[in-house]
Amino acid sequence: MTRSPTPPLWLLFSAGGTLAAFLFPIHLLLFGFVFPLGWAEPPSYEQLLALVRHPPIRLYLFGFISLPLFHWAHRFRYTLYDGLKLKHLNMLVAVLCYGTAVVLSVVAARTLLDVG
Amino acid sequence: MADTIALEVTRYRPEEESEPTFQTYEVPLRQDWVVLDALNHVKDHVDGTLSYRWSCRMGVCGSCGMMVNGEPKLTCAEFLTDHAPGPIRVEPLRFFPVVRDLVVDIGDFMSKLKSVKPWLVRKQERAIADGEFRQTPQQLDTYKQFSMCINCMLCYSACPVFGLEPSFVGPAAIALARRYSQDSRDQGSRERLDVLSEKGGMWECTFVGECSEACPKNVDPAGAIQQYKLEGTVHWFKTLLPLGDR
Amino acid sequence: MSTPVRYTLHHPRWYRRPVSVFWWLKKRAYIVFVLRELTSVFVALVSVLTLLQVRAILESPEAHAALMARLASPPVTGLLLVALAALVFHSVSWFNLAPRAMPVRLRGRRVPDVLVSGGNFAAWLFLSAAMAFLFLGTMTTR
Repeated sequence: MTRSPTPPLWLLFSAGGTLAAFLFPIHLLLFGFVFPLGWAEPPSYEQLLALVRHPPIRLYLFGFISLPLFHWAHRFRYTLYDGLKLKHLNMLVAVLCYGTAVVLSVVAARTLLDVG
Repeated sequence: MADTIALEVTRYRPEEESEPTFQTYEVPLRQDWVVLDALNHVKDHVDGTLSYRWSCRMGVCGSCGMMVNGEPKLTCAEFLTDHAPGPIRVEPLRFFPVVRDLVVDIGDFMSKLKSVKPWLVRKQERAIADGEFRQTPQQLDTYKQFSMCINCMLCYSACPVFGLEPSFVGPAAIALARRYSQDSRDQGSRERLDVLSEKGGMWECTFVGECSEACPKNVDPAGAIQQYKLEGTVHWFKTLLPLGDR
Repeated sequence: MSTPVRYTLHHPRWYRRPVSVFWWLKKRAYIVFVLRELTSVFVALVSVLTLLQVRAILESPEAHAALMARLASPPVTGLLLVALAALVFHSVSWFNLAPRAMPVRLRGRRVPDVLVSGGNFAAWLFLSAAMAFLFLGTMTTR
């Protein structure tokens, strides 16, 4: 019996979904509304820079950005299969979805390693 | 309240037509009548050519499942007065091939059910002298909910994935697989997990959840499937380790 | 029976109704399901937004300020409002479904689903408050 890759993909989907469920709403509220719209005093640039450079925070940020992308990839793939009945384009849809998540995760990793 | 209510019933006579049609019957609107009573009235007094399945008329045999106003229901449990003033549309269970009128083919479901081995699998049989299997209430509790399934297939009619993917083994089969795998007397959980990890198995499910909504026995097949996904994932990672745990 | 009857799985006279690609528009529950699944698009959006923010911070104060200004423009704010609604829908549906995927058993009895969901919602509130406090309380130049 061939080993299906679905279990680890489902694990990424679950982890990303859980992370997004707990942390994304407040993050968007703060960084999409409160600070840009001036509802409260934002952290200073120096504080943000120091925060983003801090190694444990960099690791956290990588997970924060990457895992929900894999959540989207897995979920959107099945939405295309069932919602648009695109199952016959299986390989193409899978590559587009997981590929996008991989590419963006690589960009995130390079950014957080101060390279790109 | 009116005296009668209209039933719009699917008719399909494969020798005569290539597509189903509807036939309307006026039936007495009695307080204590369910849709099945109305169908039996039609069959007995109005139109004997109408074909449909039913048996216990009390919600335990799972024979009388049909679409009532677009929702999969046990017709022995749907009161006419809940749908008054009508009309009530009665159609065969969705996503199944229609044999005639309200009768659908259930052979596909039967073979899928068989594929998950819905019986106690023993690797080592116990001798009679060893006595019976004993089970605590807690052990019973881990699978009892899934054992309430009456194979009525309402969950299959509620599941869009089953409608779109014919190879999907479906909610009831997975719930029953879980019923046996969770049973302390069973030793076949690996075999069932292997079957459910293949194409058409548990991974087709996207947790729409409508199966559990449609279930007249509160089996919660959706929950069973998600629990299986977790178990399948844990097992997948365990087999990566050289523990000989195959 | 003189000759055994062969059972045919795909009998040509059985009627098979085709499933329309618009199947999900036919029932309210299905529409809600598809909307629930589409929240993942907004989850990805926030991931990308976070990535852009981190890149802007690492680039220069001006780049970061420019991004903040772009986020304040009405069309972007409108989009983010939709995104926020989608994220909340994701969180609520996720925590409500959690106890069915992972039933919690204490001393052999199953913990009621409402308590498991409630625990998740409480944790959500706590983590959100903690993050808010971190960024609004300790990090501002007061």
